[in-house]
Amino acid sequence: MTKRVMLIEDEPNIIEAIGFILSREGLTVDTHSDGTTANDKLRANRPDVLILDVMLPGKSGYDILRELRDDAATADLPVLMLTARGQSRDRETAERAGVSAFMTKPFSNAEMLDQVRRLLASAPRV
Amino acid sequence: MAQDGAGLRGKPLVFLERQSYRRRRVIDAARVLPFIGLLLWLLPLLWREEGAAAVRSSSAIVFLFGTWFALVGAAAVLSWKLAAQAREPGGAGPGGMGE
Amino acid sequence: MTMLNTLVAVCSLYALFLFAIAFAADRAAMRGQARWLRSPLVYTLSLSIYCSAWTFYGAVGSAVRTGFEYLAIYLGPSLVLMGWWWILRKLVRIGRTQRLTSVADLISSRYGKSNLLAVGVTILAVVGTTPYIALQLQSVTLSFEVFGVGDIVSGQESGHTALWVAAGLALFTVIFGTRNLDANERHNGVVMAIAVEAVVKLAALLTVGIFVVWGLLGGVSGALERIDASELGQWRINGGRWTGMIVLSGAAFLCLPRIFQVLVVENDNETHLRTASWAFPLYLGLMSLFVVPIAVTGLELLPAGSNPDLFVLTVPLSQGRDGLAVLSFLGGFSSATSMVIVAAIALSTMVSNHVVMPLFLRFAKRGAKVSGDVRHVVLLARRLSIVGVVMLGYLYYRLSGGGAALSSIGEVSFAGVAQVLPAMLGGIFWRGGSRVGALAGLTLGFGCWGYTLFLPSFGAGVFVPDSWMVAGPFGIAWLRPQALFGIEGMDPLLHTVVWSLTLNAGGFVLASLASFPRPLERLQGAQFVNVFDHSTGPPRWSGKVAQTEDLMIMAQRILGARDAQALFEHEARRQATGGTLPAPTPDFLERLERELAGSVGAATAHAMVGQIVGGMSVSVEDLMAVADETAQLMEYSARLEAQSQELARTAAKLREANSKLTRLSVQKDAFLSQISHELRTPMTSIRAFSEILRDADGLTPQEHGKYASIIHDEAIRLTRLLDDLLDLSVLENGQVNLNLRPGLLSDVLDRAVAAAAADEHGARVRIWRDPRAEEVMLNTDLDRLSQVFINLVANTRKYCDAARPRLDIRVRPGATVVIDFIDNGAGLSAEAQDVIFEKFSRVSDQKAGGAGLGLAICRQIMTRLGGEVSYLSGQGGTAFRVVVPARYAVAAQ
Repeated sequence: MTKRVMLIEDEPNIIEAIGFILSREGLTVDTHSDGTTANDKLRANRPDVLILDVMLPGKSGYDILRELRDDAATADLPVLMLTARGQSRDRETAERAGVSAFMTKPFSNAEMLDQVRRLLASAPRV
Repeated sequence: MAQDGAGLRGKPLVFLERQSYRRRRVIDAARVLPFIGLLLWLLPLLWREEGAAAVRSSSAIVFLFGTWFALVGAAAVLSWKLAAQAREPGGAGPGGMGE
Repeated sequence: MTMLNTLVAVCSLYALFLFAIAFAADRAAMRGQARWLRSPLVYTLSLSIYCSAWTFYGAVGSAVRTGFEYLAIYLGPSLVLMGWWWILRKLVRIGRTQRLTSVADLISSRYGKSNLLAVGVTILAVVGTTPYIALQLQSVTLSFEVFGVGDIVSGQESGHTALWVAAGLALFTVIFGTRNLDANERHNGVVMAIAVEAVVKLAALLTVGIFVVWGLLGGVSGALERIDASELGQWRINGGRWTGMIVLSGAAFLCLPRIFQVLVVENDNETHLRTASWAFPLYLGLMSLFVVPIAVTGLELLPAGSNPDLFVLTVPLSQGRDGLAVLSFLGGFSSATSMVIVAAIALSTMVSNHVVMPLFLRFAKRGAKVSGDVRHVVLLARRLSIVGVVMLGYLYYRLSGGGAALSSIGEVSFAGVAQVLPAMLGGIFWRGGSRVGALAGLTLGFGCWGYTLFLPSFGAGVFVPDSWMVAGPFGIAWLRPQALFGIEGMDPLLHTVVWSLTLNAGGFVLASLASFPRPLERLQGAQFVNVFDHSTGPPRWSGKVAQTEDLMIMAQRILGARDAQALFEHEARRQATGGTLPAPTPDFLERLERELAGSVGAATAHAMVGQIVGGMSVSVEDLMAVADETAQLMEYSARLEAQSQELARTAAKLREANSKLTRLSVQKDAFLSQISHELRTPMTSIRAFSEILRDADGLTPQEHGKYASIIHDEAIRLTRLLDDLLDLSVLENGQVNLNLRPGLLSDVLDRAVAAAAADEHGARVRIWRDPRAEEVMLNTDLDRLSQVFINLVANTRKYCDAARPRLDIRVRPGATVVIDFIDNGAGLSAEAQDVIFEKFSRVSDQKAGGAGLGLAICRQIMTRLGGEVSYLSGQGGTAFRVVVPARYAVAAQ
């Protein structure tokens, strides 16, 4: 069975790029671009790995992550966070919020793919 | 209260200017005058009153009024000097009142 | 009797003459032509009230009875004036700075403005002066009788001459002595009349003397021979009395209420004292010069048993020189009247200020705040006091039987008023003198004088029983009135002077040493003793603004409405309060009190101000005011206060600056994050797709083309962002070069609308314009202006959420052109309006495309063009207003 990756991101071109890379790896990619409804979507349809942008319309990635960790259903979900702000403070904030992996935009496609694979390997079986 | 003319505001001068010095001596004289007068007018206490050697009234009149008008003259001179100094620049205020 | 009628006529004419002079002088003073009234000569002549009828008639009598002793009474005052630098100079300065109204005021003011002392001294003065006034009445009566009855032997009164004289004097004094309320102001009329009288009496005595010496005695040498040959030929004096009288007369000269009145109160210029220092001794010398020759002549020419007190009159009369006698009579009349007039004024001031007014204020119940003028009360009190004082003198004259020698009555009076001396001299030279000391000394001295001299002077058995005089009260021998402590054989006067002044001074010193003065006493003490060091205010009042009105009401009642208002207005101007009422600063209260003191005396003025202002705070701080330290302290605390206010302001500014910095720091962080984000986002796409293009195999041509165009678009987006950032940076730093040129607003708008429409983003918007209004000629940077318009139109296209977006562009021409851009969307929330012009602020989501720099750039551009762009709320939709000056002005930058 194919692993499922959820991508929450608002920039259409980046969605396209990540979607292309992951689907060629044989992963199913669900995308969502609205911050406010992201958590509902996740609870309803839990992926194996979540790729999360920080700056989203409506709700920041950190808030989504915190809420997700507080929810028993998604508390152990591996999350890769992507940010375009790239300050060290952002990394700390993300780690405190309980991120599994953290990458700064722009990223190398290969590295991104490595991170996703690693997270998938560590992901609990459902 | 030393208001003696020239620049005593800062440090006091040991020697006053000639003008201030004169002024002070005139004031000294004005102070001494009544005591001279008292001394002169108490002299009659020593005069002999009895007998042939007694002082005659005419002499007494001449002495008393003589000293009197002499003292008046002295007071007038001092008053005139004080007034003249009060008018001069550097003298004290009106009437030479500022000692 | 014809002679008597002539005399009455002469007297009346002379009185009228005096009235005229007094009236003219008052008028001249009122017209401000009083300079000659205030000459040193007038001042010196006014001092001559020292020479009363006692001098004019009594000196000759005294010479006959006791030889040269009469001279001592003039030597004392001569010495006091020659030594003016010691005492009088200080007394006059104190009197002027403290606005003293009388001797009682001086003592009361010095010892803490004590009303008790004021009343005490007033009583002493009244009691001490009463015999003196009686003496004047007696002398005038005697002189009348001499003419009227022709009885030159006894001169007993038969009619009511004394009463008429007393009434006349009271009338004159009331008319000219109570003109102005301010006792501190000169009584010009009275002073002038007195000066004239001084000339008359000197002239009269000199004329009689010259007549006697050259007319009867054969010149100077002849006169001296005759003197030596007469009863007075040998020098004989009582040494004790000689010394005692010199001291007593000097003391009395300082303390006599009438002398204080002319010497200090009526003093107009301190320099006059300098002239008087020699001129008055000269006057006294001339007055006493011919006394002995007249006495000798009288003894020779007149029958034995003639009253020697009247020789000045009877010698010319006996020689048939009626004219000379009348002149002499006028001289005596002048001496008597001038003394009574001034004494009555001085005493009435004391009585009304220290006795009547305090009582009135107490019994008026409502206190000093009653509305209405109390000046009439003060004036009435003065007038009644004058009448009362003169009538008291008359009463004494009747009671004492009018038989005593003139000089002995004078001596009683002198010894009485001299009791003030220890308190006076102690007050102006010794800071340690206290109220308790002054009270003790005055009480002892006054009591001793009353018991040993004053009461016995009424005659044996009147007040003091004969048995007391002989054996002492209740048989206690050492308390015999004229032999205190068993010391007998002293001259009664000398006995009194020695004992009363010793007890007085001793009591004053001991009680002063033993007591501790109140703060106000210490303040006043310093003020008096160091009057030449600082001539400014002792008591510090502290008042509240609300009291100014009460003070005003009170001041109006004492000073009169006009003067009081002038005083208050002047002070208000000085304080620059803006209103007509000044703030009751300590300085002002002090000045007001002094002004009032000039009218009602220091103690009363103090009490009145105190009643209104409330408790006066004389504290350690006030004491320090004497050393000017309070001023420094107040200045220092004011400075501290100013500094603390300054500090508070600085702190507030710092806090503001700090929060601004914090905000700026936060903004800077946010800005950097934003830039980072805005730059990284397109770069992420570019990198990702370029890697895909590089690494991925088997891409379809469509995919290839699509990804390449994404890279292209994102590269353009990146470039545009960098352009915007650079643009903004240039604008913000003011480095922009404006390309000014003229052009029509309509053309600029056309270009902007076209450019905005060319952008493929966003919905189509119907744009409504008003071509007529747009025909405005502009001279500005048209490209930059166009950039602003493009931004605004593009915004509408991006953000207007209406189903059929519409944009109204309204133009209001003028020197500054106003262009409004109003769409039919939902508009912005208040919070959004606040931040819309900030960098990277975006109202809706990112899909709209821009980096959020557009409006920030617009604002910068408009600022550069001397105009502005702002959000226009309340227009239904999103609305921006652009204001631009039609002609770009350099100053706008």
